[in-house]
Amino acid sequence: MIAAELEREVVALNYRYARCLDESRLDDWPEFFTDDCRYYIQPRDNRDQGLEGYWLYFENKRMLRDRVVSLKEVNIYQIHYERRMVSNVEVTGRDGEGWVARANFLVVHTDNEGRSKIFSAGEYRDRIVGSGGGLRFRERVVIADTFTVPSHLSTPI
Amino acid sequence: MSAVLRPGIPQPRWPAPDFTQVPFSVHIDPSLFELEQQRIFHGRTWHYLGLEAEIPNPGDFVANYVGVTPVVLNRGKDGKLHAFVNRCAHRGAAVVREKRGNAATHTCIYHQWSYDHKGNLVGIPYRRGINGNGGYPADFKPEEHGLQTLRVESYRGVVFGTFAKDMEPLADYMGEPVRKRFDALCSRPLRVVGYQRQLIRGNWKLYVENLKDCYHGALLHAFNSKFGMFRTSQRGSTQMANNGLHCVLTTYGKKDEKMGSTYAKVGTYKPAFQLEAPEVVEYFEEHADGMVSTVLSLFPTFVLAQIANHLGFRHIVPKSVDEFELVWINFVYTDDTEEHLYRRRMQGNLLGPGGYLSMEDAEALELAHATILAESGKGHAFVEMGGREMADQDHLVTEVPIRTFWKGYCELMGMKAGA
Repeated sequence: MIAAELEREVVALNYRYARCLDESRLDDWPEFFTDDCRYYIQPRDNRDQGLEGYWLYFENKRMLRDRVVSLKEVNIYQIHYERRMVSNVEVTGRDGEGWVARANFLVVHTDNEGRSKIFSAGEYRDRIVGSGGGLRFRERVVIADTFTVPSHLSTPI
Repeated sequence: MSAVLRPGIPQPRWPAPDFTQVPFSVHIDPSLFELEQQRIFHGRTWHYLGLEAEIPNPGDFVANYVGVTPVVLNRGKDGKLHAFVNRCAHRGAAVVREKRGNAATHTCIYHQWSYDHKGNLVGIPYRRGINGNGGYPADFKPEEHGLQTLRVESYRGVVFGTFAKDMEPLADYMGEPVRKRFDALCSRPLRVVGYQRQLIRGNWKLYVENLKDCYHGALLHAFNSKFGMFRTSQRGSTQMANNGLHCVLTTYGKKDEKMGSTYAKVGTYKPAFQLEAPEVVEYFEEHADGMVSTVLSLFPTFVLAQIANHLGFRHIVPKSVDEFELVWINFVYTDDTEEHLYRRRMQGNLLGPGGYLSMEDAEALELAHATILAESGKGHAFVEMGGREMADQDHLVTEVPIRTFWKGYCELMGMKAGA
């Protein structure tokens, strides 16, 4: 793949990911990842201090599927809509057979009285494998600048 | 203040002398919130300031809050712990802007008044003026313009401060059941692995009640019963300390009982909810007495908890009458094996703002606060699970510690119950 085409595919991957979660299609969310994936959400203050300290630390796709089942069947959390703005998508390097990429995000939550608030601002740090429409995240590290969570964290960022 | 902003909030009334009825207005009255700052946070209580492990070297400091008051905990050149209120004695600006770091002295950016680790004023620009102009009067005494200080004590490396300089020693304030939990969980050198913070739209005391009420554990947090983490039928104990101000809730498991494999016995168990990745709930036995989990809440806003192998402190920081920040300070032991570190890391998914066992608390508290506010604090909460007594229990199906908390709260606040 040439660079411009790859960047378009990575942008498209990010948009599909955002739309999936914005449309609450939680069952589809793990399918954006490889089986041996890692998905971490880390607050910015820990990262800047060199501490591990995550909100979620998933080191395979099974853990992602468990999160979905638990959110759908077990856990109770705020009734809300979500909207993601993803921008500044960049492919910054190679990673073996794949690529290293990053993107900025803004997640807005709207409660069931129609009030919208910024839930989280931050950055995705990704390792991506595959090709074309078959790109997958081997690793997605979500770094949340909003290191104090408004209320609680339920659905993935 | 309250009269202008929130007309019609009834004065808190405690109709039951056994504290089985809690007036909702205690959660939303701004004037009461101000009184709490004086009588509780600046009163005869000890408050969490930080960990010795966070400030190992001379000059290390960490910022925190006592109630809404910003404070800084320092390790002085002499290696001793000191704390001061982070408000310049000159014109009131915050002297320390960073949340943590190392500094020989602390200098306010506004006019460069500088202070040592104890809060003593050690430098003032233009004290004698410039070219004969300005300067401070001849009777200016720097020793009268230091920062407000707190008395500081440490127990097992956990540092507390108090504004009441004649306060009883920290160990006496804790009482035996609390000290025993500190001894059990904080005797080995520890290392902070990370902080988690969540900002909850509710009064800080709603979370204190939540900590002291074990019976919501298997009901609100369905993950507990679905996956066998905690069941109300489990052997447990409810212990109070310091006249009921603090409490220690504990569950015990059988030696041969493993989480993730025992949930088949649970009434609400459904095979469809089996975890694909049971590593999240698998734990190793850590205490000879069979203790699996314990939640210690030290009045007013400090928590030490072990849930399976997850270790952490929690600090409730009131932001206003309607909001508090919950800070989770998670730790491991410096001599943990790789296997132990792995287990603790995996179980990190259970706790915190997004934890499988904890995410519901914020939602429940916000629902409560919003409706209490909408109803202007009218009415009372009903707190009679486990009867109306106030004694220690050998189970967890009780709201006893909530009642003893409110008893202690009322004594500090100068409120009378049964009126």
